[in-house]
Amino acid sequence: MELLVYGIINSITLSLISLGFTLVYSISRVPNFAHGALYVASGYLTWLFLNEFLGIPYLLAILAGVIITSLVGAAIYQFILVRIRGMEISEIIATYAIGLAILEGLRWGGLRGGTFVLPTFFAGSINVLGVSVDYQRLIIVGAGMLTFVILYMFTRFTKVGLAFRGIAQDERAAMMLGINSDMTAVLSLAIGSALAGLAAVLLLPLGNIVVEGGYNVLVFAVAVCVIGGLGSWGGVIVASFIIGFAQILTEYFISAHYQMVVALLAIIITLLVKPSGIFGKQKELEERV
Amino acid sequence: MRKERIDRGLKVRTQGIYAITSAREILYLMGPRILLIAGLLALPFVFELAPYWKKVINIMCAYALLALSFDFLANYVGLVCLGGAFFTGVGGYFAAIFNVELGIPIWLSMPLATIVGAGFCTLCLLPCLPLRGVYFAIVTLMYPLLFTRIIEALNILGGTNGMTGVAPFPNAYFENYTIIVVVLIFLFAMRRFVNEDAGLVLRAVKDNDQSVRASGISVTRMRIIGVFIAALLGCFAGAYIAHLYMWAGISLFALDFSIIPIAAVVIGGGGTLVGALIGAFILVPLSEILRAFGTFRIVIYCAILTGFIVFKSEGIMIYLQRKYHQFERWVKV
Repeated sequence: MELLVYGIINSITLSLISLGFTLVYSISRVPNFAHGALYVASGYLTWLFLNEFLGIPYLLAILAGVIITSLVGAAIYQFILVRIRGMEISEIIATYAIGLAILEGLRWGGLRGGTFVLPTFFAGSINVLGVSVDYQRLIIVGAGMLTFVILYMFTRFTKVGLAFRGIAQDERAAMMLGINSDMTAVLSLAIGSALAGLAAVLLLPLGNIVVEGGYNVLVFAVAVCVIGGLGSWGGVIVASFIIGFAQILTEYFISAHYQMVVALLAIIITLLVKPSGIFGKQKELEERV
Repeated sequence: MRKERIDRGLKVRTQGIYAITSAREILYLMGPRILLIAGLLALPFVFELAPYWKKVINIMCAYALLALSFDFLANYVGLVCLGGAFFTGVGGYFAAIFNVELGIPIWLSMPLATIVGAGFCTLCLLPCLPLRGVYFAIVTLMYPLLFTRIIEALNILGGTNGMTGVAPFPNAYFENYTIIVVVLIFLFAMRRFVNEDAGLVLRAVKDNDQSVRASGISVTRMRIIGVFIAALLGCFAGAYIAHLYMWAGISLFALDFSIIPIAAVVIGGGGTLVGALIGAFILVPLSEILRAFGTFRIVIYCAILTGFIVFKSEGIMIYLQRKYHQFERWVKV
């Protein structure tokens, strides 16, 4: 029972982490290697608002942190990526460099050790199916599901969301129908970064804000996206459940050190067996050369 | 008015082998090469009185090898390697294993570590080679992080303390010239290789993989060759560093080995191979000067890198080549 409950929590955590990455990739075809950095930056900003400007309510600090992160994401596209759009090598290098700059800059600026902790939303815990789960984890599960639902509604029933899907499916045809490709990409980076920020403020109260967290988040987000099929949203959810449960099982039966190994093994097996990922049907031909 | 660029007469005359008639033309062709070779070989003597900077030369050349490897992979094979540290780490640990555990002498352990390490790296990267380049970037990004974790967690290969007691070089000149000569050999060998048949096919893989496939050539096989060659360079640098510091530890998987070569290639000019060297020769001394800044140096590299990619994507070497071969003038349209 414990395995089941914590497996579900872990899976939803993973999918929260990777939703932002996959959203950006599916729409703008930019692998956003700055994703982990944005995650940490958002947590740090929230901490800053909470502790430097005393008197700000927690919710407002979170809101400010997430919004600033999303603006940073939009700025990354608007000022840097737009100039090198379509040059795959340059895109990868540029996003990677930006991510490293943010992370190592934060480390240099003093983000290390256990001093940076966000408070949990509500203290205490509750019994779920005989397993004691603290409220923060329940909130993560709730917020995660809410995010899926909102994203689903957003991409089906709003004009911007439909434009997103149009660009993701066929950029040229979408442009012919009057959808601004660059504008959509800016928006997608903003939303993707906001999702990274949201994941950060939800998950970071469970631990410290550390720079290494950024690298871990990036690796896990990428692992989930590759397994689910790069750019497929349904795939993200399925893949995060696979990895999430696999991790909990290895942690339970072998050792917690192997979490990263599980992720990598899963990637390698996926690449060998079905390179386009579980749900990557649409672009299957493009993935293989 | 419009600026137009015209090849220098000298360049046009020296293009065909028959046209070389004067010492000036021979100098025009050979000058830059001789300058590079003689300059590199003279470096240890120039810094004779500064032993610290003689050490920097070694590191600089090791980074130059890594940059060369990145440049080759990115601009001739079309694979972006975000984890050059993977190559150095594997090479370094293999050198340490051969030298410390098996007692193989240094002059044999380095080449052996290079070849075995390159084979090991290629094997690790094999699953993502039949796929688009972005997968390669993702997987190479993960490997250095992963190997650090595995070594820490399992406490193998010396764990967090690393493996000590790797044999040092006999003397400082040996240290300097091993790496300088290897850099020069690899540089000119690679320049020749990319213009051979295999190199041309590799470039075709980068530009249009579908057409290579349509010609009945296996893209995966060509990429394996490319990755193996790049891994050779990286693993040699790693093995050399392990012997230089007499130590192989998880800092061989450090971020510096991944990001400095990338920055060096972007600054020096991608696709020229020499540019990678020039970039490393600029960045590594710079990083020694900025040693006091600690991890902030990585921020500086990244800023330079992004700046160059966005505003001056051709890089220094291509700019210099253009100035050397062509002149510009304003003409009326």
